[in-house]
Amino acid sequence: MENTLRDPQKLPGWGIDANPDNDPTYPMREPRLNVSQDPDSKHRPASLQPVDVEVLKSIERPNVSAVFGESSPPVGLSGMIRRFAFKYSESHYGHWLPLLLADRVNVVEGIIEDLGQGKVPNIFAEKGYAAEWKHNRTAFVAKMATIAAVTIGSILILTRDNEKKHKYRY
Amino acid sequence: MLAMEYRGPKRVRATQKPMPEIKHPQDAIVRVTRSCICGSDLHLYNGNVPDTRVGMTFGHEFCGIVEEVGPEVTKVKVGDHVLVPFNVACGECHFCKQGMFGNCHESNTQASAVGGIFGYSHTAGGYNGGQAEYARVPYANVGPTVIPEGMDPDDAVLLTDVVPTGYQAAEMAGIQKGDTVVVFGAGPVGIMAARCCWLFGAGRVIIIDKEDYRLEFARNYANCEAYNFEKDMDDPVVFIKKQTDFMGADCVIDAVGAEAAGNAMQTITGRKLLLQAGSATAMHWAINSVKKGGVVSVVGVYGPTDNLIPMGNVLNKGLTIRGNQASVKRLLPRLIEHVQNGVINPKALITHRIPLEEVADGYRLFSAKLDNCIKPLLVFPSANI
Ligand SMILES: NC(=O)c1ccc[n+]([C@@H]2O[C@H](COP(=O)([O-])OP(=O)(O)OC[C@H]3O[C@@H](n4cnc5c(N)ncnc54)[C@H](O)[C@@H]3O)[C@@H](O)[C@H]2O)c1
Ligand SMILES: [Zn+2]
Ligand SMILES: [Zn+2]
Repeated sequence: MENTLRDPQKLPGWGIDANPDNDPTYPMREPRLNVSQDPDSKHRPASLQPVDVEVLKSIERPNVSAVFGESSPPVGLSGMIRRFAFKYSESHYGHWLPLLLADRVNVVEGIIEDLGQGKVPNIFAEKGYAAEWKHNRTAFVAKMATIAAVTIGSILILTRDNEKKHKYRY
Repeated sequence: MLAMEYRGPKRVRATQKPMPEIKHPQDAIVRVTRSCICGSDLHLYNGNVPDTRVGMTFGHEFCGIVEEVGPEVTKVKVGDHVLVPFNVACGECHFCKQGMFGNCHESNTQASAVGGIFGYSHTAGGYNGGQAEYARVPYANVGPTVIPEGMDPDDAVLLTDVVPTGYQAAEMAGIQKGDTVVVFGAGPVGIMAARCCWLFGAGRVIIIDKEDYRLEFARNYANCEAYNFEKDMDDPVVFIKKQTDFMGADCVIDAVGAEAAGNAMQTITGRKLLLQAGSATAMHWAINSVKKGGVVSVVGVYGPTDNLIPMGNVLNKGLTIRGNQASVKRLLPRLIEHVQNGVINPKALITHRIPLEEVADGYRLFSAKLDNCIKPLLVFPSANI
């Protein structure tokens, strides 16, 4: 591939937003305000969303934000783990690692929930394998074949071990 | 309504969900007309962002028609076709007042470090997102912006994230006329960042990725030099040093984030074992390939824990690192002008239109970089626009 380029200065808009004053300072363009300069730094929106679902709150803030998302409130075992995580600050592994664990537990709960509703999740479709099949067939088939080979191989090894164990039985 | 739903790492589906409701007097409900899948969604899709709950709907890049408004909404009305910035922002807190709409203090209860983002895990507020027929949009007086007469909704939907993020990446790089800027990542965000570098007067723009088709696209779209870090070089840092008379680039932009390839140790610890908040390969390269006293601008998204970066070099080289979630609302007026004047052509990035019903295939296609995909747009059964 060749990098033959047009003269950038002839591109539409070259340099129109150039700003010699934008030497790295913070924040950009708007006047910087520290908390003590702000006459109203604790200002909150007039209305607060009623808290009618369980919202887990970071201990690094004093209150529930004026609006919040109400999707998927904590439930079940994953919910218990999430509640535990929120005892720790965002600065602590005690917060993030349990949350990752809860996410994985939640996946299993999701499958149980599906089955409970008489729905067997179509994992092949959910993983979008149709796209792989359509656009990346060779690599996809190779990958699946490898997974299959490894699985069959493991089963064979495990069963052979079992036979060995039986050999020494009286 | 039909909505995308997360079921677990790399497992999503389209499913029927209840309609969203007004929960706060400043809420609006919009009927979504356009919605994109973003590189940021891939961090969630891969299961790398803590507190990503099963059953959640993703999607932070969308526009739609206002269907219903709460009693305190005055700035938009039913029937308006609006584009919705990806940040949930109140417009009146200490941070919003300074134009930091990506850092609102009244939109996320679960974490103090990040503002609310539509459809972006509970760590970013727990909002269901716009990859659905309908979405709840809080603070409707602040975020949603009526799409100007004559603007193509395909352009408008990219003004919700990709254009402002690419632009802010260039802005945060503090580019001065004639600067050499290196952009890591030739996804939609990196390509847009490369294009915007010229607006700030860059003298030379170099983009680095591993996907040839994306490099080719970037070369044409952004008129930048494009190199493949797997094929054109052994060591990207040395490559950039050689390209810049061994001084380093004036500014470097990280438009890759946590899903970075290119360093086995980073990939294993960051993406497989989750021992760090994603793979910091691009950030590592950025710090080591910028000149002494240079600026590293970070828009690539990393998780909330820790990353392995060469901090000693930040110190010894006297670097400035600037990063943020884009402040979409702050940048919109200028960027709408650029689109209307033909300076930026966002919709050229859209390569795929995928029905919401096939959202799982869409995620796979974009994530695995299949079929020369740059930017996928979801299309909706109910949106006849
Ligand atoms: N800060 C913000 O406001 C904001 C907004 C939108 C997106 N983002 C982030 O920007 C990043 C890019 O988004 P996108 O939609 O373009 O994603 P994308 O996944 O389409 O693009 C990322 C690109 O980086 C390339 N890449 C991987 N490892 C690399 C490396 N070591 N060096 C160079 N390139 C490498 C990939 O091949 C890919 O083309 C993501 O992390 C996303 O979360 C941030
Ligand atoms: Zn995005
Ligand atoms: Zn705010």
